[in-house]
Amino acid sequence: MTEFAESRGHVGTNDGAARRARRHAAERRFRLYGILAIVVAVSFLVLLLGSIAVQGYTAFTATQIRLDVTFEPEVIDPEGTGDPELWAGADYGALIRHSLGARFPGVREPEEVRALMALISSGARFDLRDMVLDDPGLIGTTRSVWLPAAADIDMLVKGITPRDVPEDARRVKDNQIAWLDALVAEGAVKRALHLRFFTAGDSRTPERAGIWGAIVGSFYTMMVTLALAFPIGVLTAVYLEEFAPKNRWTDLVEININNLAAVPSIVFGLLGLAVFLNVYHLPRSAPVVGGMTLALMTLPTIIIATRSALAAVPPSLREAALAIGASPLQVVMHHTLPAAMPGVLTGTIIGMARALGETAPLLMIGMVAFIADIPGGPSDPATVLPVQVFLWAGSPERAFAEKTAAATLVLLVFLIAMNGLAVYLRKKFEKRW
Amino acid sequence: MEAQTALIGHNRPADATPVKMATRDLDVSYGAIQALAGVELDIRENEVTALIGPSGCGKTTFLRCLNRMNDTIEGCVVSGLVTLDGHDIYDRSLDVVQLRARIGMVFQKPNPFPKSIYDNAAYGPRIHGLAANRDELDEIVVTSLEKAGLWKEVRDRMGEPGTSLSGGQQQRLCIARAIAVSPEVILMDEPCSALDPIATARIEELIDELRENYTIVIVTHNMQQAARVSQRTAFFHLGQVVEMGDTVELFTNPQDERTQGYITGRFG
Ligand SMILES: Nc1ncnc2c1ncn2[C@@H]1O[C@H](COP(=O)(O)OP(=O)(O)OP(=O)(O)O)[C@@H](O)[C@H]1O
Ligand SMILES: [Mg+2]
Repeated sequence: MTEFAESRGHVGTNDGAARRARRHAAERRFRLYGILAIVVAVSFLVLLLGSIAVQGYTAFTATQIRLDVTFEPEVIDPEGTGDPELWAGADYGALIRHSLGARFPGVREPEEVRALMALISSGARFDLRDMVLDDPGLIGTTRSVWLPAAADIDMLVKGITPRDVPEDARRVKDNQIAWLDALVAEGAVKRALHLRFFTAGDSRTPERAGIWGAIVGSFYTMMVTLALAFPIGVLTAVYLEEFAPKNRWTDLVEININNLAAVPSIVFGLLGLAVFLNVYHLPRSAPVVGGMTLALMTLPTIIIATRSALAAVPPSLREAALAIGASPLQVVMHHTLPAAMPGVLTGTIIGMARALGETAPLLMIGMVAFIADIPGGPSDPATVLPVQVFLWAGSPERAFAEKTAAATLVLLVFLIAMNGLAVYLRKKFEKRW
Repeated sequence: MEAQTALIGHNRPADATPVKMATRDLDVSYGAIQALAGVELDIRENEVTALIGPSGCGKTTFLRCLNRMNDTIEGCVVSGLVTLDGHDIYDRSLDVVQLRARIGMVFQKPNPFPKSIYDNAAYGPRIHGLAANRDELDEIVVTSLEKAGLWKEVRDRMGEPGTSLSGGQQQRLCIARAIAVSPEVILMDEPCSALDPIATARIEELIDELRENYTIVIVTHNMQQAARVSQRTAFFHLGQVVEMGDTVELFTNPQDERTQGYITGRFG
């Protein structure tokens, strides 16, 4: 190598050596710029993901407080009817009040009692109710029960809100901190896995809010989007690429599809509002409408990806099939489309991933409403993951900031899973050839 | 020239072979480019007809008119008469898909489907419903591979992709794929141009064997090949047929000086 270079060098005299040195330096510089660019990009990504993860991971655990709760028959079933229907309506808050009263006998003032009660999540009584309805045998017994702490207490225990600021700058007051510390001292406070975050719908109380409603809503929305956008998009692309005559009309259609891909997504939301809601009176806030709107947005992506995948199939494959008497439809179905499938699927999944992360058009069609129930079908009111993130990000409580980051993490996990699926499918379909 | 004459002695055509395909006054243009003008040619049954001529003279264009593959090219206009067994193949009532099943084609570059070797040969019979069951299909596949001289080499690897074969094997697979639908005519566009001499010799042998059952039209740039495999030869020049006749006659005693110039290598 060097010998060759030297033998070339003396033919061109010193000039050649200098030029070679310059060229090598230029190449090294270029490689360096490339590596620098990658380092910058990767560090931004790490910073972004890292900050979300650091903010969000605490939402996967929650503080719980242990109380000795007596399931008093006088409270649960004051008239002694034994009717479970009536038990459901009983005042379970009283059980918590009595239990806390027994633990802190000195607290008498109504004001103070309210502050003491505020240690425990306001939703804890529903947990007690569910325990009783599940197991009526509890009535009349005393049990040691772990109840969810209120969000403010949770934040304090996790160290997210500070203790060492003046009392009036804190939501948790001095007396509450004292009670909490007493409970901590006797081991009645712990942090446990917060499963509720993954199984509950939205709630006004941060410690009861979960992401399952949004996941189900996103699922229905994506199903509607896929069911509409995939077949329509692929058929459109196949027609335009394989069958349509090349004339002014098809040129016009093509230009418009390319333009649609660049239209801001909120415009599709306006269209959905004007057409699906105002003209056809489809249900508001429903995944059907969200899915239809997102399908409009995803269509151009799928069409363009499918067309370029079809165009990349070598013409010799079509000719081979045509020449042994395959009809144009058979050529497409048996040869061109299967050969283009990896590209089609990649395009579809990328389009779907974009739709999954989309918020703006869904705001226009009312999927931004507060919905606590888990949607039971595509026409029930629902919200979706990114909108849930948006809603929580707008809530003033400190505890929702943690939920926001956690929901973003969940959304990212889904997006990464979809991209992984795209890679897997591409590999799998390519292997067949 | 001596060696050539010795080679081509064996394949003089029988005199009164019936005409399988014919063209009359065939004009083809791609937009403004006139590729063929007034081509009149007879292709006789169970013979190999070779098309020779300099690059760009319209051989491929002519070949693609015979199975209407030119239909797929935007802006290609064909006028004149092309017949198969006396029937106009450009007739409106004719189904072009069926026509292509009767007239097979093998391309310059081997283009097997990216499917298994078996599926390559079985595809044609499947779409045309030539086999009633799996056994019949197997039989068609095996016979076509045998006829294409490929069976022995691939019998143990029928499930492997056709694209994993060597170039020469791929081309024979393409021939097998074409004959699996039992066509009457096989069109070959420079089938050996991507192959080494041994694979070429193998395919030339094959063409000679196939002649018994099929009518073959072959485009070639290789004079020796034309002389070796064909009974009749047509010399194309600038979109016209300059000379057409018995291969031996054409090579030993060309009537036109352009033909003479081309076959002796003075231009082309
Ligand atoms: N698809 C096409 N569009 C436009 N012009 C074409 C097309 N195919 C061929 N032509 C033109 O038609 C003429 C004949 O081309 P053709 O391919 O038939 O030549 P050929 O004899 O097969 O040449 P070669 O020996 O190089 O393969 C050429 O001038 C070519 O430029
Ligand atoms: Mg050609």
